[in-house]
Amino acid sequence: MENDNILFTVTVYSENQVGLLNQVSIIFTRRNLNIWSLSVSASAIEGVHKFTIACRTSREKIDAVVKQIEKRIDVIKAFYYTNDEIIYQEIALYKVPTDRLLDCADFEDLIRRHNAQILEINRTFTVIQKTGHCSETQSLYDDLNQFGVLQFVRSGRVAVTKSQQEPVNEFLKIQEERRKSLK
Amino acid sequence: MASENKSGSKQWNGITGSEALMHALIAEGVETIFGYPGGQIMPVFDKLYDFKHELNHILVRHEQGAIHAAQGYARVKGFPGVVIVTSGPGATNVITGVADAMVDSTPLVVITGQVPSNLLGTDAFQETDVLGVTLPITKWSYQIRRPEDIAWAVARAFYIASSGRPGPVVLDFTKDAQIGKIDFAYEKCNFIRSYIPKNEINKEQILSAAKLINGSKKPFVVYGQGITLSHAEEELKRFLNKAGIPAGSTLLGLSALPSDFKHYKGMLGMHGNIGPNVKTNECDVLIAIGMRFDDRVTGPVSTYAKQAKIIHIDIDAAEIGKNVPVNIGILGDAKEVLSQLIEHIDKNNHDSWENEFDKCYQIEKDRVIDPEISPKSEYINMGEVVHVISEATGNNAIVVTDVGQNQMFGARYSSFNKSRSLITSGGLGTMGFGLPAAIGAKIAAPERQVCFFVGDGGIQMTIQEFGTIMQEKTGVKIIILNNSWLGNVRQWQEMFFGERYSETRLVNPDFIALAKAYGIAGRKVTCREELKPAIDEMLADDRPFVLDVNVVENGMVMPMIPPGKGVTEIMLNSKEWYDNGK
Repeated sequence: MENDNILFTVTVYSENQVGLLNQVSIIFTRRNLNIWSLSVSASAIEGVHKFTIACRTSREKIDAVVKQIEKRIDVIKAFYYTNDEIIYQEIALYKVPTDRLLDCADFEDLIRRHNAQILEINRTFTVIQKTGHCSETQSLYDDLNQFGVLQFVRSGRVAVTKSQQEPVNEFLKIQEERRKSLK
Repeated sequence: MASENKSGSKQWNGITGSEALMHALIAEGVETIFGYPGGQIMPVFDKLYDFKHELNHILVRHEQGAIHAAQGYARVKGFPGVVIVTSGPGATNVITGVADAMVDSTPLVVITGQVPSNLLGTDAFQETDVLGVTLPITKWSYQIRRPEDIAWAVARAFYIASSGRPGPVVLDFTKDAQIGKIDFAYEKCNFIRSYIPKNEINKEQILSAAKLINGSKKPFVVYGQGITLSHAEEELKRFLNKAGIPAGSTLLGLSALPSDFKHYKGMLGMHGNIGPNVKTNECDVLIAIGMRFDDRVTGPVSTYAKQAKIIHIDIDAAEIGKNVPVNIGILGDAKEVLSQLIEHIDKNNHDSWENEFDKCYQIEKDRVIDPEISPKSEYINMGEVVHVISEATGNNAIVVTDVGQNQMFGARYSSFNKSRSLITSGGLGTMGFGLPAAIGAKIAAPERQVCFFVGDGGIQMTIQEFGTIMQEKTGVKIIILNNSWLGNVRQWQEMFFGERYSETRLVNPDFIALAKAYGIAGRKVTCREELKPAIDEMLADDRPFVLDVNVVENGMVMPMIPPGKGVTEIMLNSKEWYDNGK
């Protein structure tokens, strides 16, 4: 039986068009796949947006999904990776009551141990930031929860590949040559 | 007034968005538009009034009629069908046809009116989120909110709809963009950087495919509409002739090869011919060209062609390996791939292998086909009607079908001489598709006879298009295979649901009287003696005609691979199975 519970990270490079997020997400919806995390922003290439989507499924299914994504007219390129093929990161923010933190003897040690940062302290609350994998941000949450975490938020993952550059630049270069030859 | 700009192309100054749309359509070579006016598209229809000599608008009776007519037109013409409808209900009424065109790779450019852009998202009168609704079922959808975007969007729409694997495009056109003024010049699109309509063909894959074919003892070609869409009919013939390979067609591939072509062995699938289905599981190399291994062709993929090495040639990367794992996937246009393959395959023949198909056909002919077309009973069979009409037209007609038993009989018992001669709703299976599609087909090819087979159920789904036929005097021949049942569902109820005929019995109107009300000639046929004279009367001239034939009530489409069964498990009738080799 094929393993249908592999965590894949899909990266999508697209033109910046209205409705693209919808176009990409409905491809997952139609196959009853749950998007585990999602992050979208402008890429390093001007006018090109990058999606990073994490999803648990089988290799066969993610392959079909990525082909369907790439088939959308305004999608430039789409790829998928397993965790061992990428360096990835998430960011989490924790809002904790300041007075309870100050009562805690090993608070400094806790922050150091988790390699976290304090972004803001005022009389009522403190905001702590931690980057890392999900298990790491979760571990800090568990430790902070003794003080009562008022708010917690975790971002979708962002990722770069261990292999060479994703060949989007190269693809766009080839396409530019093609465009010129058509004129 | 038009003037020439610096680059030598025409330029119009200070025209409305609606007029710009007209110039864009004309520049794309559009001659015919199927449509229906309404509030939010009125500026476009107002401008159309000035262009009625350049752009022939067919006023349908329901927007669903417009979209199916455009599909029929596009499939016959090989050129995008153009539809213009209003916002809200006008737009949602075309959705079925858009979904149908998507799955059957039919090029369409659908223009829907939309509320003014400042009212978007306010639940304004007749506002619908057309982009949201159409994104999953279109090749591309775009909302034109400014007249400045018309040239860019329309050019892209035609390029996307007709290139690569064709498909429907929706342009949602806000009313303010229709009336806003611009200086306009138009240039066709031939490049989108994020879109590669045709891949470079991988030479190594051609060579390894040729090697596999050359070493094969029992090669078999299965092809689909991709042959027609890439105009590869001649290349396919040359390929099959040179390598001596038998071929089977999908429903949508029918007519790409002439029915009497030496290597053509029949149709694949649930109601296909025995040979092509059974031999799929006996061949050693299966060469699939421009087809997508639909479940109606394969049955459960776990039992499909497991013994064969599979070569899949398709223009759509997402199709290769989607349903059936393949040994060699060649991404590219069928015409180009076949041209290259022909260079590398050996001249060969597989006569004894091909004879095995002919033996299967003989069994099918004796057990299924002959009893269908020459029945002993007094009742008229559906296949019999199709067969007589096909012969009467010299197999030269464009055959349009609706969906259901009429579709399967129309496909199985028609013969074809020319490509683009079977127009049917394959992937979506849309009842009601046929009547408007036949209108579109006839408008696309007025010089050809268009014979449309439909059931008494399906015709009532879009029967209002009798009005379009009356107004346009469209000479389609409408053959109602009338058994007073929803026949295909009735067949399944008899075979698989214990003869529980739930909601399949129809009480019908007098179709001839209805036709007469629309000024359409017609004849009712109740016995065999009346059939041939009525067909001769129908085909004698170019008038629209309704032939209402009372056919046997419990007619069944056979052979049949029951749902869930593999391609070798074929029923010859509701009780007997095909027994390989007997």
